[in-house]
Amino acid sequence: METVFGVDAALLSRIQFAFTISFHIVFPAFSIGLSAFIATLEVLWLWTGKQHFHLLARFWTKIFAVSFAMGVVSGIVMEYQLGTNWARFGQIIGNTLGPLFAYEVLTAFFLEASFLGIMLFGWNRFPPWLHTMASIFVALGTAISGFWILAANSWMQTPAGFAIENGITYPVSWFEIIFNPSFPYRFVHMMIATYITTSMVVAATGARYLLGGRLQTEAMTMLRMGLGMLAILAPIQAFVGDQHGLNTLEHQPAKVAAIEAHWEDRGPAELVLFAWPDQQGERNLAEIAIPRLGSLILTHRWEGRFKGLKDFPREDRPPVAPVFFSFRLMVGLGLLMIVIGWIGCWLLWRGRIANARWFLRPLGYAWPVGFVALLSGWMVTEIGRQPWIAYGVLRTSAAVSPVTAGQVLLSLVLFVLCYFVVFSIGIWYIHRMIRRGPHTVLHPDTLPNRPLAGGRPEEEEAVAP
Amino acid sequence: MNAPVAELLPVLLALTLGFTVVMYVVLDGFDLGIGMLFPFYRDEADRDLVMNSVAPFWDGNETWLVLGGVTLWAAFPKAFGIILPALYVPVIVLLLALIFRGVAFEFRWVAKPRHRKWDIAFAAGSTLAAFAQGLVLGGILEEIPVRDGQFAGTPAWWLSPFSVMCGLALVAGYALLGATWLLVKTSGPVEQRARKLATPLLIALLAFIAIVSIWTPLQFPRIAQRWFGFPNTLLLAPIPVVTLIFAWLCWWGIRRGNVLLPFASAVIIFLMAFLGLVVSNVPYLVPPTVTVWQAASHPTSQIFYLVGAAILIPMIIGYTAVVFFLFRGKLEPGQGYH
Repeated sequence: METVFGVDAALLSRIQFAFTISFHIVFPAFSIGLSAFIATLEVLWLWTGKQHFHLLARFWTKIFAVSFAMGVVSGIVMEYQLGTNWARFGQIIGNTLGPLFAYEVLTAFFLEASFLGIMLFGWNRFPPWLHTMASIFVALGTAISGFWILAANSWMQTPAGFAIENGITYPVSWFEIIFNPSFPYRFVHMMIATYITTSMVVAATGARYLLGGRLQTEAMTMLRMGLGMLAILAPIQAFVGDQHGLNTLEHQPAKVAAIEAHWEDRGPAELVLFAWPDQQGERNLAEIAIPRLGSLILTHRWEGRFKGLKDFPREDRPPVAPVFFSFRLMVGLGLLMIVIGWIGCWLLWRGRIANARWFLRPLGYAWPVGFVALLSGWMVTEIGRQPWIAYGVLRTSAAVSPVTAGQVLLSLVLFVLCYFVVFSIGIWYIHRMIRRGPHTVLHPDTLPNRPLAGGRPEEEEAVAP
Repeated sequence: MNAPVAELLPVLLALTLGFTVVMYVVLDGFDLGIGMLFPFYRDEADRDLVMNSVAPFWDGNETWLVLGGVTLWAAFPKAFGIILPALYVPVIVLLLALIFRGVAFEFRWVAKPRHRKWDIAFAAGSTLAAFAQGLVLGGILEEIPVRDGQFAGTPAWWLSPFSVMCGLALVAGYALLGATWLLVKTSGPVEQRARKLATPLLIALLAFIAIVSIWTPLQFPRIAQRWFGFPNTLLLAPIPVVTLIFAWLCWWGIRRGNVLLPFASAVIIFLMAFLGLVVSNVPYLVPPTVTVWQAASHPTSQIFYLVGAAILIPMIIGYTAVVFFLFRGKLEPGQGYH
């Protein structure tokens, strides 16, 4: 096979896919959570008539617009990349997964994209109920899109409802394809992750405003909603994650063995807290482990046993170290978020949060915690699926397009340059909007360096508190 | 499943794919076109207005491209797996260009008053995206090298005077759609400017259509056979005739200060050009190697897709129409949605 610098098109395509999807997933995850948050704010505004809900909804809609645009443009890349770089995957799996992607577009993307126009530009044009309805449709669209894409991803992890003829998959039962064994777990786990991720951003923003001594009412609302969601959802997420783990043990035992860096099944398994997995030597270096705890977590029994990596041929094992470390990072951050949620709610309940600078200051910097946990979770499940692109059905190395390594290297370099420039600037804009706060963002004409004669319409006065 | 149904399903899918492509070309055509016209407007307020004329719609418009891609995959996986690797470089360029012009819609407002870079990204991204789409079209028409159901060519096989010309043709065509859209949505100096730009763009588009119409039958005997001789020439005559009629209506509408006629005529010219390309290449999806029937997915997949499409596409058209209706009418200078 033709290579550049000793690397072939398959590995370059994998790097490119990993890079582009890691950037992409951040935006839809934030969009799913944020659109639900905005729709909630609008409903609260209609219900209570309190203006600070309206102000917050408008402010976060501005941020949503920037994030959503980045999600859309990076999402088109994902879809077309399935053809440009993974043509054999497209041809072999197309019968079973193609329609799922089509349903995602038909049921979700058009809904989001069409009502987004009303949501972004309809504040002064349309009555509040119509605007609120548009926001609800957008939130619904983002969630439906999550349904289909997670069904497709889960099928790649735990394929079901299909048959193979002449090396091509054929659908047998659409119900089994969509509701494949890991789908319910992965779907719930991911949806909660998006809400947690967004709650962290909202709570961190509230903490910053409260520390800065401005927008007290809005800051308290964001802290209550953000920390409240964390306190409830983060522990539920731990439970769902545990159930998901049991499901993975049943269907993808090699992935679980890699998660635990568990090489040999010689008795009840210890829980490896830290180690340096040595893939070649089939062992762990510098291991710190607690006896039997691994078995208790994974089988819920002291005597439980599960397969070790050596039970699988070398060519069927995923890379152990990245799966092992990503999993520990995800769990660690998940536990941290439970602690943040509980401490925050306790402070809110005692009415002491405004003076708890020791809590607010780190919380203000903690906005990326959810995103990092989410990305590491995806790395666990995607790297843990290797060497398969569709588990047990098609190997990643057999799925690649007949394109040259040179082409893929070129596109990879271009994607890296483009993403770092465009999305770094976009994330910086979001950061700047949050720092400036609702009044400046909604009234850009008041910026000191902005000439007043900008030809922009006056915002309606109702926005002012 | 009986044979006639199995034969018919791929035709229905091909019609759906064709409909999706037409929707994309018309809808995203005008908003890509507006990006290309950006450099012709110098004043910031004018540019605001030009961008606002598509701001509530662009995202929905671009979604037709996503639907086109997944329809090709779900309905014709074998063609999907040939066309995209074959046109690797133009497709990647298209995706990158769409990133720059897509984020510009939001970034430009947030960046103000330092938004110049996003003006450039919007104009350059829109132009490059249209050009790349033309390269893809040119590549498909020029016969993708295929062996054993896989793409079997070199990385730059698609680069030719013909594909470059197709790229320029789409740039001109989309710019015409953009200019005539501005006649619908704007007034005052912005509209007057668009009216001045529209006529040369119309002439350029017609010239490109004429060149393709002469070039393809000369290069490909199968296309010459399709169009020339009895009774085909007679049956297909309405396509060039309708094109000419609407070219004249478009020109007349531009000169007469008509609001909707130039845009509607430009859309019909595009439809006729698309129809012409379909006629030239039917029944191939990857001319001249893979037909609609050869590329089709499993009948179960086809039915599943068609059921969804039959219910959901009319709904999508419905609420898209509602959104266009809610944002109807001309934008006044200085008036924006932001």
